[in-house]
Amino acid sequence: MKKLYELAHSRAGDKGNILMLSLIPYEEKDYERLREKVTADAVKEHLAGIVDGEIIRYEVPNIAAFQFVCQNALLGGVTTSLGMDTHGKSLSAALLEMEIDM
Amino acid sequence: MNIRIGSGAGFSGDRLEPALHLAEKGNLDYLVLECLAERTIALAQKRKKQDPTLGYDPLLEKRMRLLLPAISRNNVRLITNMGAANPISGAEKVMDIAKELGISVKVAAVTGDDVLNVLDTTVSAMETGRPLNESGPIVSANTYLGADAILPALQTDADIIITGRVADPSLFLAPMMYHFGWSFEDVDLLARGTVIGHLLECGGQLSGGYFADPGKKEVADLANLGFPFADVQADGSAIFSKLTGTGGAINLMTAKEQLLYEVVNPHQYVTPDIIADFTSVKLREIAPDTLEITDGKGMKRPESLKVSVGYEAGFLGEGEISYAGTNAVARAELAGQIVRERLQDQFEEMRIDYIGVSSTHRVSYHRQDEPYEVRLRVAAKAKRAEEATRIGEEVEALYTNGPAGGGGARKYVSEVLGIVSSFIPRDEIEMKITVKEHKAE
Repeated sequence: MKKLYELAHSRAGDKGNILMLSLIPYEEKDYERLREKVTADAVKEHLAGIVDGEIIRYEVPNIAAFQFVCQNALLGGVTTSLGMDTHGKSLSAALLEMEIDM
Repeated sequence: MNIRIGSGAGFSGDRLEPALHLAEKGNLDYLVLECLAERTIALAQKRKKQDPTLGYDPLLEKRMRLLLPAISRNNVRLITNMGAANPISGAEKVMDIAKELGISVKVAAVTGDDVLNVLDTTVSAMETGRPLNESGPIVSANTYLGADAILPALQTDADIIITGRVADPSLFLAPMMYHFGWSFEDVDLLARGTVIGHLLECGGQLSGGYFADPGKKEVADLANLGFPFADVQADGSAIFSKLTGTGGAINLMTAKEQLLYEVVNPHQYVTPDIIADFTSVKLREIAPDTLEITDGKGMKRPESLKVSVGYEAGFLGEGEISYAGTNAVARAELAGQIVRERLQDQFEEMRIDYIGVSSTHRVSYHRQDEPYEVRLRVAAKAKRAEEATRIGEEVEALYTNGPAGGGGARKYVSEVLGIVSSFIPRDEIEMKITVKEHKAE
C-alpha cells in the first residue's frame, strides 16, 4: 500500500459549497495507475467524513492530472460555514492521505 | 510584437512588494492587480453605505502610493478591480494621491457591475434553488463583467483602469484583445488568453507560492517570492517567468496546480468572454523558471452573466481555550460538553472542534498518540451580535467553571455575509467609463 502523498501532489479550490481537488502525479508514468485506482467512488469512500455530495472525476491527460469536483463538501461554503478551514483549502492534504495498492 | 503582463496581486490582502519589484524591474506593458474575492464586494458595499466616498479596496491607497511613481516612470499601464463597490471614488482617491506626489495620471473607472437596483431578487439562487431574497437581507448584487467592459477604458489611453466586479481572467484578457485586435469571434485566441489570465490571476500561486512541502516539494527562497509575468504572443501562446534574483519556482508542477485551481469543469471553463477548454492546452518547461503555454480551444461566450449576491447572514461567535499535558484531550472534550450543555438551547447549530486533533479536516486520517496539547474551539451563528458574544463568553468562563488547567482563552465576534448567485441577461447591463485626469505642473 502506498499513500497518494508519495505519488502525487494536489491543490484544493472552492466555489460556494463545491470543493475541487486536483491530483497530479510527480511522474507522468503513474497517471494510468492512478486512473485505475483513484476512481470517483474510491475518493468518495475516502472522503466520507468530509464530502456529503456527489464526486465527479475529470481526466486531464494533456497535463497528466485529475480534477475531483465534490458537491456539498464545505459545511455550506466559505461565507457561512462554522468550520475552521472555511474554504477547505487544507483538504488537498486529506486526499493525499488515501492509500492505494501499487 | 508581444506584450508583457505582470501579476501584482492575487487577493485583497496580498503582499505589496512583489508588484513594486515588477513595476520597477519587470519591463512590463501591463500590471494587473486582482484584489476582489466573492465576499469582498459585499463588505465594500456596506462601507459605501456608511460613507458614500468609500467602498473601494481598503488597501487601494497603500498600493497606489507605492506603485504610482514606478508605473508612471516606466510607462506601465495598471489594471485593477480594487474599485470594488465604488470604482469612481477609487479613481478619485488615485487622483488625490497623484496630486500629492506631483505625478501626471489619467484614470478610467469602469462601472456597470452593480445591479442591486435592477436585479429581480425573486429569481432562484443557483445554490439553494429558492428565491434570492429568501436568503437574508440583500446588501449587494454584482454581475461579473468581461473584457468588453475594459476595452473602451483601454482605448482612452488611461494609465490606470479601475473596475468593480470583473471576472478575474478578463482583467488579463482585455489588454491582449486590445493589443492584438482579437474579437469575440476569435474563440480559440480568447480561450488561450483566458488560460493565461487564469494562470496569472492568483499572483504568487503560479510562481511557487502555496506549493512548498519541506522534504517533498522544495521551493527556494520563498520569503523573497517573486510574482509571475507572461510574454504573450499574437497567436495566444505565452512564456511565463519571474524576475531573476527573486525566490519561488515556475515549472510544470506549479503550473499544473494553478491550471486546475478552482476549476469546476476542465472542459468548460466559463467566463463572460469565452468557454475555454483547459484539456486542450500544452505546457512545456523551456528553461529554469520559464514555462511555455501553447494551443487551447474555446467556444463562444455565454449569453447570460453570473451575478453574485451578498446578504446579511447574522453574526459568528467563536471561543477558544487550550489544554496541555497528560489527559489534555479528555479535559478539552469535557470542556466542549460543558459549553454545549450550557448553550445548546440558545443556538440552532453549534460546532465544537479540537484544534490539534481534527479541526481542520473535521476528521483525522492518522491513528496517533495523544497530542501534547489541544485547543477547544466552539463556534455558532446568531441573528444579533449580542447573542453571538455568548459563545466566547461561555468559553472564557471555563477558566473558573470548567475542567482543570485551561489557558489562553480568546473570543471573537464577526459579521457574516453570505453569497448566493444567479444569472442576468447581457442586455440588462449598462457598462460605463468615467475618465479623470491630473496633469502635474
